[in-house]
Amino acid sequence: MLKIPREQFDGLRAHGEAEYPQECCGVLIGKLSDGSRVVKEFIRCRNSQTLMADRRYSIPAEELIAAQRRAREQDMDIVGFYHSHPDHPPQWSSHDLEEAHWFACSYVITGIEKGRAGDTKSYVLCGNDEETKRFDNEEIEVLTEVGA
Amino acid sequence: MKIYLPTPLRPYADKRSVVDAPGATIAEAMRSLTNQYPDLKGYIYSDDGNVRGFVNIYLNDEDVRYLPAKMNSPLHDSDTLTIMPSIAGGSNR
Ligand SMILES: [Zn+2]
Repeated sequence: MLKIPREQFDGLRAHGEAEYPQECCGVLIGKLSDGSRVVKEFIRCRNSQTLMADRRYSIPAEELIAAQRRAREQDMDIVGFYHSHPDHPPQWSSHDLEEAHWFACSYVITGIEKGRAGDTKSYVLCGNDEETKRFDNEEIEVLTEVGA
Repeated sequence: MKIYLPTPLRPYADKRSVVDAPGATIAEAMRSLTNQYPDLKGYIYSDDGNVRGFVNIYLNDEDVRYLPAKMNSPLHDSDTLTIMPSIAGGSNR
């Protein structure tokens, strides 16, 4: 399961709307707790794909390094990533799976229909290696902060 | 020499997020890492022994691919290496 505060959830969806008709992308940092990934913060990244950015994304490595450092400084980890599918459902694509290498991390996808965020889905990268990897559906629990 | 391992590599390294790996060059430190945790080899290297295309190795903030001496670059005690698999994808539209 992916647990994410309302503010972060709305924020990453808004990022998809802002970048439309290009794909947006970013990093989720937080903690692993009882098999769930608990997001504390999302980090917007630049889509370094210059060709076909409406259907491809790639996070610049220097932004990944910065995100990793930011996580480490707060005693957290990178627990997942997000991107958007402009005018396409939030179902992972063969290309998404091929390019996924972070096992046990969440890959969150938001479908953006004509500039408005539609459904958001999350998938965990499972399996043992490049040959056996697969995406499993995962439930998203949006956390409403209570007095926190 | 510290090597930082992100989440997907930790199952192959006793769940560690950072490993001490002595070496005078990046190649030596990487060898020390995979000698300590041989299970990491399959993730980092392809069958021909080269670093997989999606695996980026960073010396401090520099991509090792862009260093003049690449894997043979010398290391200092204060340097850190970070292994960072790439993040990319896209829709089938
Ligand atoms: Zn996608």
